[in-house]
Amino acid sequence: MTRTKVAARPAPARRIRLLVATRKGLWTLTSDVARNGWKLAGPQFLGHIVHHAVCDPRDGKTWLAAARTGHLGPTVFRSADSGRTWKEATRPPAFAEAGGRVVDHTFWLTPGHASEPGVWYAGTSPQGLFRSADAGATWEGVAGFNAHPQRKAWCGGDQDGTPDGPKMHSILIDPRDRAHMYIGMSGGGVFESVDAGADWRPLNKGVRADFFPGPPPEFGHDPHCVRFAGANPDRLYQQNHCGIYRIDRPSDTWQDIGATMPKSVGDVGFPVAVHPRDPDSLWVLPMDGTSVWPRTAPGGRPAVYRSRDGGKTWKRQDQGLPRSQAWWTVKRQAMTTDTRDPMGLYFGTTSGEIWGSRDEGRSFRCLARHLPHIFALEAWC
Amino acid sequence: MTARASREAAVVVRVKIPSPLRSYTGAAEVTVAVPVLAPELPPTVGGVLAALDGAYPGIRFRIIDEQRQLRPHIKLFVGGTLTRDLATPLTSESEVMIVAALSGG
Repeated sequence: MTRTKVAARPAPARRIRLLVATRKGLWTLTSDVARNGWKLAGPQFLGHIVHHAVCDPRDGKTWLAAARTGHLGPTVFRSADSGRTWKEATRPPAFAEAGGRVVDHTFWLTPGHASEPGVWYAGTSPQGLFRSADAGATWEGVAGFNAHPQRKAWCGGDQDGTPDGPKMHSILIDPRDRAHMYIGMSGGGVFESVDAGADWRPLNKGVRADFFPGPPPEFGHDPHCVRFAGANPDRLYQQNHCGIYRIDRPSDTWQDIGATMPKSVGDVGFPVAVHPRDPDSLWVLPMDGTSVWPRTAPGGRPAVYRSRDGGKTWKRQDQGLPRSQAWWTVKRQAMTTDTRDPMGLYFGTTSGEIWGSRDEGRSFRCLARHLPHIFALEAWC
Repeated sequence: MTARASREAAVVVRVKIPSPLRSYTGAAEVTVAVPVLAPELPPTVGGVLAALDGAYPGIRFRIIDEQRQLRPHIKLFVGGTLTRDLATPLTSESEVMIVAALSGG
């Protein structure tokens, strides 16, 4: 692959649309040009468990939504007209019949490389990787992962892992090389492929796994969210179950950047968000990982923490957020950024509130409330 | 109407559809023709689901998984009797009822 940075320019001053995936359906939250007024629309798929909804940046109008209901099996809905009409996938992600594995839900959706219009990837619970070449109408398992002889060793059993099922997430496609991919798995760790998913290797050196005895293993870790560092796809940031990390490729060792977080706050959380143009800027949203792991805002005082130097130092940002008794949980897909200048930062809580900042986290205000449990936010303009 | 053989060597089966699946059928009750492959091979519940999927693409995968097992919160009644076995044969009086049963929030 070519080791170059990717040019990134601010988006022109246009309205921002957030796709809000919740445990009870899909909503959209759309701003005015100033990002001052916001309008909530929906629900679509009321009663469906929508884990992720994503707009295709290659055409700006194709939306995919990963959905299931409590009763019914998982599927993918797709819209070619920005959510006005939807069709269901004719062959949703499903494991091979002979293998004994069952997709509980599709958890993560990633549009493919810019050179491959119509290609999408999906990560499922339990951990499986799927590819569509027709904008989500039909899905095939990526055999290089799903049938890899080490897959079970990497992932553990299909009943292991996070409380609502082990999952594949953070499918990242190198914008310079469509064959170069990363995935994150809870549990399993971060893995890399340089041959479009035909083979994979673990990439977890330097990452703690406190839930295993002895020295950290080669795999079996619990990354919660992995992101490219804005315009530099040679750098990745990771919010892990056991800390916050940065890696600068071609190094294969992650650096612990959570150690510099305030001890009273800790380095546990679910999402990590990145600046689209500044690879040294990132945001985390700490959750209480003490004692029995409440996974709520520490002390009931929510804040994001921003680093402007790649994780060497952190600054608390909480202006506009509640000062007390706000016991929020924010999940791994539920914090995102837009590409405007200054950048907008948004997060959604499991108690159904969306908070946003149009000045890169300096101040926040509540944009929507009374929604269901929010799984994911994706910004589009 | 209950199950009956047609001249095209098929059995027409009445199927009751629960509300979570009516986005496919548009109706609370539908009839499907289940092919009879041989006189000694009566149509089965699995055949009903395959016929449903032919008429309403995608509905089968919402009911059974890729390992041909009923999803946990789906129940099937054939002639009023609960079954989880897709090989359950249909009789000439069979009616299939699909129930989506889920409690909690």
